Amino acid sequence: MYTEKLMQLFMNPKNVGRIEDADGIGEVGNPVCGDVMKIYLKIEDDRIVDVKFETFGCAAAIATSSMVTELVKGKTIEEALKVSNKDVAEALGGLPPQKVHCSLLAEEGIKAAVDDYLAKKDKTKREASETRQCAKA
Amino acid sequence: MNRFVYLDHSATTPVDQKVLEAMLPFFSMDFGNPNSLHTWGRKARQAVDQARDEVSRLINAEPSEIIFTGGGSEADNIAIKGVAFAKKDKGRHIITSAIEHHAVLDTCKWLEKEGFDITILPVDEYGTIRPEELRKAIRPDTILVTIHFANNEIGTVQPIEQLGNICREQGVLFHTDAVQAAGHISIDVKKLPIDLMTMAAHKMYGPKGVGALYIKKGVKIVPLIHGGGQERGLRSGTENTAGIVGFGKAAALASDRLAKDETEKERNLRDRLIDGILEKIEDAMLTGHRTERLPFHASFCFRYIEGESLLLRLDALGIGASSGSACTSGSLEPSHVLLAIGLPHEIAHGSLRLTLGKDTSEEDIDYVLENLPKVVESLRAMSPYGKRG
Repeated sequence: MYTEKLMQLFMNPKNVGRIEDADGIGEVGNPVCGDVMKIYLKIEDDRIVDVKFETFGCAAAIATSSMVTELVKGKTIEEALKVSNKDVAEALGGLPPQKVHCSLLAEEGIKAAVDDYLAKKDKTKREASETRQCAKA
Repeated sequence: MNRFVYLDHSATTPVDQKVLEAMLPFFSMDFGNPNSLHTWGRKARQAVDQARDEVSRLINAEPSEIIFTGGGSEADNIAIKGVAFAKKDKGRHIITSAIEHHAVLDTCKWLEKEGFDITILPVDEYGTIRPEELRKAIRPDTILVTIHFANNEIGTVQPIEQLGNICREQGVLFHTDAVQAAGHISIDVKKLPIDLMTMAAHKMYGPKGVGALYIKKGVKIVPLIHGGGQERGLRSGTENTAGIVGFGKAAALASDRLAKDETEKERNLRDRLIDGILEKIEDAMLTGHRTERLPFHASFCFRYIEGESLLLRLDALGIGASSGSACTSGSLEPSHVLLAIGLPHEIAHGSLRLTLGKDTSEEDIDYVLENLPKVVESLRAMSPYGKRG
C-alpha cells in the first residue's frame, strides 16, 4: 500500500528531533486522531536554515513529516508557504487515499511553524489554536 | 534480516503439512461431486462425512449437528439471520456485545435496519461481559443472544457457561462465535449451554474459506442460501470437498493437541512474552484479561506511539504482528474493542497484538523480547510525547 520511497523515509527519516532555540514551532494534529506533528524552524533573514520534526503517528505521518522538512529546508518562508500537500505526496510517489490527510498535516505543520515565527517577529499575537477535527478517510 | 517470526496467528494460521496432504487428492484425483451417486461421488461423500465426524468430535457434537460453510463470517450470518428470520413472529429482540467481530456486529446492525431491536452489552475493562448485565437485558421478546467465546483483539475468554445458562433459564437461544477459541481451548457442547457455535478452519491450521456452524439438535433456523439442499438444506451449494477434508484433518489434529495438553507450551511462551514486555518496556499495558485469555494471545498498548508504525518497523525485522484487528487496520478509527474497554483514543492508537502458534519457539520469543523494546524506543524518540533522555 505504501511506495518504496515512503517506506525508505519511514524507516530512515531525515531531520528528526527538536531545535532548542527554534524561531518558530508549529504543532498540528491531535493525539485523539492518532497523529501529531511538531515542526521546529531555525530562520535567518526570512530563510529556513534548519528544520526538524517530531511526529506521533503512522508510517505515512512520519514519512510526510520527513519529506516536508526536506522540501522547505533552505527555502525562504515565502517559498516554504507555497509547499502544498500535493507536493509532499508527489515527492513520496503518491499516498494511499486514506493517508492523504497526513500530507495535509505536513503542509499545515510548516504553516503553523511559520505563523509562530511571524507572530514572534511581529510581536503580535495570532490565533493559531484552531482545533482540528479528525481527518476522514 | 535475522529471522522470520510470525506472530499473527489470530489473523490466520499456516496450513499444516498433514492437512495439505489430506486435501490434495480431492482437487484432481478424487474430484467427484459428493452429491453424485457414482463411485467418484461416493468417494467424495465419504470424505465429507469423515470430516464432519472429525469436526464434531473436536467439540463433542453429533455429526448431524455440524454444517459446513464458506468460513466464519458466513457461519455467523447463517446463525444470526437464520434464527432472526425463523423466530421473527415470536420476537424481534437480539442481544450482543460491544466487542464482537464485525461479522456479528454488522449483521446485527443490518437486522436493526430490517426492524429488529438490538441491545449491545457493555464490557468491563478486561473485555468481560458481566452475566448480570445479560440477565437484565433479556426481555420477553428476546429471541437470540450472540456473544463470542473469546475476543480476537484482546484475547479475553468470556464466561460462556454462565452466559449460556442465563439464556437457557430464560428460554433464549445462545449463539457463540468461537472462531478464535475452537481448536485452542477444549469445548464440549454437551456440557456447555450453547445452541449455535461458529468455527473457522484457517484459525486452526486448516485452509481459508471453510467454516462450520454447530446447530444443536432441535434448533430451527432459516437458510440464507437456497439451491440444491446440501448441508441439510441450510447451506446449499456443492460442497468444497478439499476444503472440508482439510478442516476435518485440522480438527482431528487440534483434538490430539488438546488431548495431549500441548497448548500448555504455547501458554508458557505467551506468559514469558507478556512478562518480558511489561518488564522491559515502560508505559506498556496488557489489554484484555491476564488469566482468562486465549493460550496463544498477547496484546498490548504502548503509550506515545502509533500501532501501524510499530507493526511496520517490526515487519522490517521479520516479525509479523498486528495492531487491533486485521479487518480494522485499514481504518483511521481505533478499534471498537479497545474503545469499549475504556481506553482513550490516544492509547488505543498504540495497540499491538502478538499471537503465537503451535510452532513458535523459545528463540522466537527471545528475538521479539530483544527487538521490540528497541523499536518502541526508536519511535518514542521521534514522538513529541516520548520521554526525553
